[in-house]
Amino acid sequence: MSATVTPIAAGAERLGRALAQPAARLGLAIVFLFLFLCAFAPLVAPHDPYAQDLMSALSPPSLAHLLGTDQYGRDVASRVLYGARYALLAIVIGDGLALAVGTTMGLAAGYLGGAADAVLMRIVDVLLAFPYLLLALIIVAALGPSLLHSMIAIGIVYTPQYARLVRGQVLSVRQTDFVRAARALGASRARIVLRHVAPNSLSPVIIMATLQAGAVVVETAGLSFLGLGAQPPSPDWGALLADGQNFFLTAWWIATFPGLAIFLVVLGFNLLGDALRREFDPRAR
Amino acid sequence: MGDYLAKRVGQLLIVLFGVSVVVFVAMHLLPGDVATLLLGDRATASSLGRLRHQLGLDQPVIVQYWRFLKGALAGDFGTSLRDNRPALGEVLAAFPVTLELTLAALLIAVVIGVPAGVLAALSEGTWVDTAITTPTLFGVSMPVFWLGLMALLLFSEKLGWLPVGGLMPIGASMPRITGLSVVDAVLSGRLALVATALRHLVLPAATLATIPLALITRITRGEMLSSLHLDHVRTARAKGLPEGRVIRAHVLRNALIPIVTVIGLQLGLLLSGAVLTETIFSLPGLGRLMVDAILARDYPVVQAGALFVAVVFVAVNFSVDIAYAALDPRVRQR
Repeated sequence: MSATVTPIAAGAERLGRALAQPAARLGLAIVFLFLFLCAFAPLVAPHDPYAQDLMSALSPPSLAHLLGTDQYGRDVASRVLYGARYALLAIVIGDGLALAVGTTMGLAAGYLGGAADAVLMRIVDVLLAFPYLLLALIIVAALGPSLLHSMIAIGIVYTPQYARLVRGQVLSVRQTDFVRAARALGASRARIVLRHVAPNSLSPVIIMATLQAGAVVVETAGLSFLGLGAQPPSPDWGALLADGQNFFLTAWWIATFPGLAIFLVVLGFNLLGDALRREFDPRAR
Repeated sequence: MGDYLAKRVGQLLIVLFGVSVVVFVAMHLLPGDVATLLLGDRATASSLGRLRHQLGLDQPVIVQYWRFLKGALAGDFGTSLRDNRPALGEVLAAFPVTLELTLAALLIAVVIGVPAGVLAALSEGTWVDTAITTPTLFGVSMPVFWLGLMALLLFSEKLGWLPVGGLMPIGASMPRITGLSVVDAVLSGRLALVATALRHLVLPAATLATIPLALITRITRGEMLSSLHLDHVRTARAKGLPEGRVIRAHVLRNALIPIVTVIGLQLGLLLSGAVLTETIFSLPGLGRLMVDAILARDYPVVQAGALFVAVVFVAVNFSVDIAYAALDPRVRQR
């Protein structure tokens, strides 16, 4: 992503143009549906996601259970619906942590320069020296497998991307006339960073956060699938898939629908993120 | 080039040092210390104390790190807590499986992705372009562990075309020479064995290839499109060169450098995806070994595996960088 400075008014206009693309609208619709289901899962879900009914275990999709039942007779549709909340939690904690820490690191490195920059960027290099899932595995190994730890691990894994992006942004904003003017007027370093540099680095960060949201959902589900994230009986999509894997030759529906849910949510965020990137990053066109 | 190389080697050493610190620190944060892990919860305080002393766990952290580093450089990570075999030996035994899977996936991604990207760029805006770019969007959004399961369901269970998983059928006698099943099958000179090895490899490799394939296609298309509009291409056309020659000699060649870099950088994605793919297809690779070791809290194996993968990854990225700098003088000046 290139480091360009976008005036805020022009940014709003570009946002309008980005969201006018059909792909972006589809993405936005999927994301809104996802958020709606997260908020209203108890109202939308036909059954209690934890309620067992061994008499109807492993029944295929039917009118009583639209997406079938699992080995304990729990309603797959309800579990997938409640699972959306875990995915949203992963985005809030994982993507949120990466954004907060990475942006702060990038702002500090870019603005302070010198030794602070060198140290922070070497930390970033070291984190990037691991294939991302491997780094997540090491962190989960260190903290112990759990849902929260898997989300923190994914947050740390995605931190370097934000740090690099924001540092690049800061370096280019620092050279602009309005920052030079602010400095000449005697504005403090903190004021320049918070009032001038940070807001102007915002749009690429938002685009990255959108694109990473999908990735975070897949990665945390992946860790749960491996048994290192959410633990049973929580209806996290990755855990549901792991459950379904044991029965997928006889009861395909248990693994199929949570996977489809992951795919749709990731697709939604990717469609939206791609459209934003095309509009805001001239090189992506 | 010499200066650039020296600078990059310096950075490489710093990163490798950092990697060793991360792996060491992570294993130090492990819930419950190693002595308790080895002796169990009911061990007496005095036996725990003796073992801690034996393992050097009562030494200052910096001394412990130094011993870890010395051991690591000599390839000694201790023995697996599960079966007492050398930890690095287990890692090295599992690595060929992951290597074969990764290379096969990369091959699929490149052989299909580059031509597809070129074709999409040359037919920009037509239905061909749409037919190629739309699936790539689905491809990058696909959770590989789900795709793998669905592929198994379709090709193994419903259609019965391919085996359900594993490296080889149970009972197949395969000479272990390189550890790469297809290569070993070829070396054994038995055609039937080669076919069996390939049949076991194709589904996991194709699953793992999905995301890199989508990315390579998109990048190739993007790079081709930006090269197509460069001045020297316009000049080449203006002086009457045949279109095929313009594309081959001026557009593709120019676009190829970033494409090759992107291909090199797929390794992180492939190694990450391999962890999940190996789990689904029951392949005894490095990813599966690491996950099992974490679940069993077999920390020497986790440590050896993590450091090994990171070193391989850093080395490959370093080579890609150097190759890029050798091909493109602009990179050296940055």
